[in-house]
Amino acid sequence: MRRKVASTIVAAVLVALTSLVAFGAGEGIELAPANTNIENTPSLQRGAKYFVNYCLGCHSAQYVRYNKLAEGLMLDEQQLIDNLIFSDQQPFDTMTNAMRAADAERWFGTDPPDLSLISRARGVDYIYNFLRGFYVDETTATGANNIVLPNTAMPHVLWELQGLRRPIYEQASEDAAPVITGFEVVRPGLLSEAEFDQVARDIVNFLDYIGEPMKLERRSLGIRVIGFLLVFLLIAWMLKKEIWKDVA
Amino acid sequence: MATRDRDVFDSLGNGLSALGGWIDERFPMTKLIKEHATEYYAAKNFNVWYGFGVLALVVLVIQLVTGIWLTMNYKPSAEDAFASVEYIMRDVDWGWLIRYMHSTGASAFFIVVYLHMFRGLMYGSYKKPRELVWLIGMGIYLLLMAEAFFGYLLPWGNMSYWGAQVIVSLFGAIPVIGEGLAEWIRGDFYISDITLNRFFAFHVIAVPLMLVLLVVVHIMALHEVGSLNPDGIEIKAYKGSDGKPLDGVPFHPYHTAKDLVIIIVFLIAFAGVVFFAPEMGGYFLEHANFEPADPLQTPEHIAPVWYFTPFYAILRAVPDKLLGVTLMGLAVLLPALLPWLDRCRVKSIRYRSWVYKVALGVFAVSFIALGYFGLQPATGIYPALSRVFTVLYFAFFLLMPFYTRYEKTKPVPTRVTK
Repeated sequence: MRRKVASTIVAAVLVALTSLVAFGAGEGIELAPANTNIENTPSLQRGAKYFVNYCLGCHSAQYVRYNKLAEGLMLDEQQLIDNLIFSDQQPFDTMTNAMRAADAERWFGTDPPDLSLISRARGVDYIYNFLRGFYVDETTATGANNIVLPNTAMPHVLWELQGLRRPIYEQASEDAAPVITGFEVVRPGLLSEAEFDQVARDIVNFLDYIGEPMKLERRSLGIRVIGFLLVFLLIAWMLKKEIWKDVA
Repeated sequence: MATRDRDVFDSLGNGLSALGGWIDERFPMTKLIKEHATEYYAAKNFNVWYGFGVLALVVLVIQLVTGIWLTMNYKPSAEDAFASVEYIMRDVDWGWLIRYMHSTGASAFFIVVYLHMFRGLMYGSYKKPRELVWLIGMGIYLLLMAEAFFGYLLPWGNMSYWGAQVIVSLFGAIPVIGEGLAEWIRGDFYISDITLNRFFAFHVIAVPLMLVLLVVVHIMALHEVGSLNPDGIEIKAYKGSDGKPLDGVPFHPYHTAKDLVIIIVFLIAFAGVVFFAPEMGGYFLEHANFEPADPLQTPEHIAPVWYFTPFYAILRAVPDKLLGVTLMGLAVLLPALLPWLDRCRVKSIRYRSWVYKVALGVFAVSFIALGYFGLQPATGIYPALSRVFTVLYFAFFLLMPFYTRYEKTKPVPTRVTK
C-alpha cells in the first residue's frame, strides 16, 4: 500500500515536470558550442596572451592575481613577466588597467565590465559567439555591431584577425523586419575562419579558467572526498548491522 | 607487563568515573545523557523519512561552522562585499571550499527541512500530543527563511541586490504604514550599504541565535512526548515488565548508528554538489549574482532562489499587490494550523483513506509546480497555471476540516509493523 502511494505521488510529479519542461523550451538566438577545455593548458596560455594584448587595455580582471594565474598556467615568474605583464605591475598584483571609469564612459558610453567572472555570469558559449559575432555597421559609433549583443558599445577589437564582413539581409515579406541570413567578406583577416575560431576559443577558455581557478582542484579533491566517504559508509553500515542484529 | 597495563586502565577508568561523579553532583550530565540518548526510546521501525531531522541538524552545524570561517574574511560593506567574496574564493586557503559548503548548505537546508515537514504530513507528526513540536518547528522554518533572505544579500551580487529590493518592497504593499516600514527595514530609501550592514548583523548573530535556541526547544518538546513512527501509533502505550516500550529501542546506540549511515549518504550527495556542481545549474548560485550589485541595472529576469519560489509564484498569481502579499504570507503560515485543520483521528497515511492520499499528492505536485513557475518569467500560460495551483495549494489546507472529518480509515494496528 505504502509503495503504491509513493509511486502514485512520484508518477504525478513526473507528469507535472515533463509537461513543464515542454513549456519552458526554446528562446533567443542559437549559440554555437564553445567546446572549451580548461585542462588544455597551452590553450589557456594562448588565451592569456590574447587577453593581455587585446582585452586588458579596456577590461580588467581585478580579482585575478598574476602570480596565482602563472601558477595555474604552469608559467614561471620570468615567463610571467616576459609574456603577460606589460605595465609597471608586480607579480603579486591583480589584473587591473589604467583606464578610468569616467574616461570610459566618455569614450564608449559605458564602463567596460570587469571580466573576472564574466564566464560564470554569461556562460562560455555566449562569449564565444559574441567574440565571433561582429559585423560592419556604419550606423553605430564604433562602425561595428554584433549579432549576439545588438548595439554593443564594444568596438570590433579583433577585426585585424577576423577581417571585416557585411551582413546580408533578407526580408520575408514587405512589413517584416529584415533578418541577417549570412555575411559577405569586405576585407579578409590575417587568420582563416578556423584559426580565428580557435583564437576566440582560447580567449573564452581563459575566461572560463579565471572565472573559477579552483575548478580542476575541486573536482580532483571531490573524487578523494567521496572515495573516503564510501569507505566510511561501508564501516558505518557494518556497525549499524552489528548493533541492530538483536532487534526483532 | 599485561597486569601493569590493566592497572593503568583500571586507574584511568576509576579516575574518569570519579570525575563523572564529581560533575554529576554539580550538573545533571548523566541524567541528560540518559534522558535524551541512552534511555530515550524511539520506535524501531523508522524508515528513511525519519532521517531528515538529524540531517537538518547536520546542515545547521555545517552552516554555523563554515559561517564563522567566512565571517573571518568577509567585509560587510557595499564597497568591499563582492570583492571580499572573490578574495575568499581565490586567495584564502580553502576559502572556495568553505564558501561552496555554505552556499550549498543553504539549499540543502531547505531540501531536508521541506522533506522533514512532508514526513510530518505523511505520518501525522503534528497531531496531538505533538502540536507544540510542530509549532516550534514552524517557528524554526520562519527563522530559516529570514536567515536565508538576509544571507542572500551578503555576496552583494546583482541578484542579491534586486532580490532584496523586490522582497523588501513587498512590505510597501501594506496600507498606511507600508512605505515607512520598508524604509525602516532598509534604513535607507533604497537597498544600500546601511541595509547590507544590518542584514549582516541579523544573518550572523540575531537569527542564528534564535534558530539554535528554537532547535533545542524543538528537541526538548519532542523528547517530552516521544517520537512518532510510520505507523502513527504511540509506542509508550505498550511497555514491557521493565517499563520500557516494547516497540522502541534506545536512541543511542541504535538510532545513532542508523543516523550515521544516513548522514554519510547525505554527505556523499552534498559533496557531489560542492565539488562537481556548486552552481547547480544556476539554481544554488545564480548566474546574475556573478555580476556585482548595480542599482541602475536590473538583471534580465529577477527571481528569488528556488526555495522561495513556490510562495513567489503565489504572490505573482494575484493581480493585486496587497492581496498577493497577504496570500503569500498566508501560504507560509497556514501549515502551522494543521494540528487543528486535520480532523482525522488516524495519524499515519498508511491507515488513512484515499481522500487524504490524493489531497497530499495534489499538495505535493502544487508545491513543486508553483516552485517551478516562480522561477519562470510571468508570461504565456504560466500566470494562469500558477493561479490553478495556488487554488489547489490553499484548498489542501482550507478544505481539510471537511474532507478529513468523515474519512474511511483502515484499522490501526496496536504494535508497529515493519
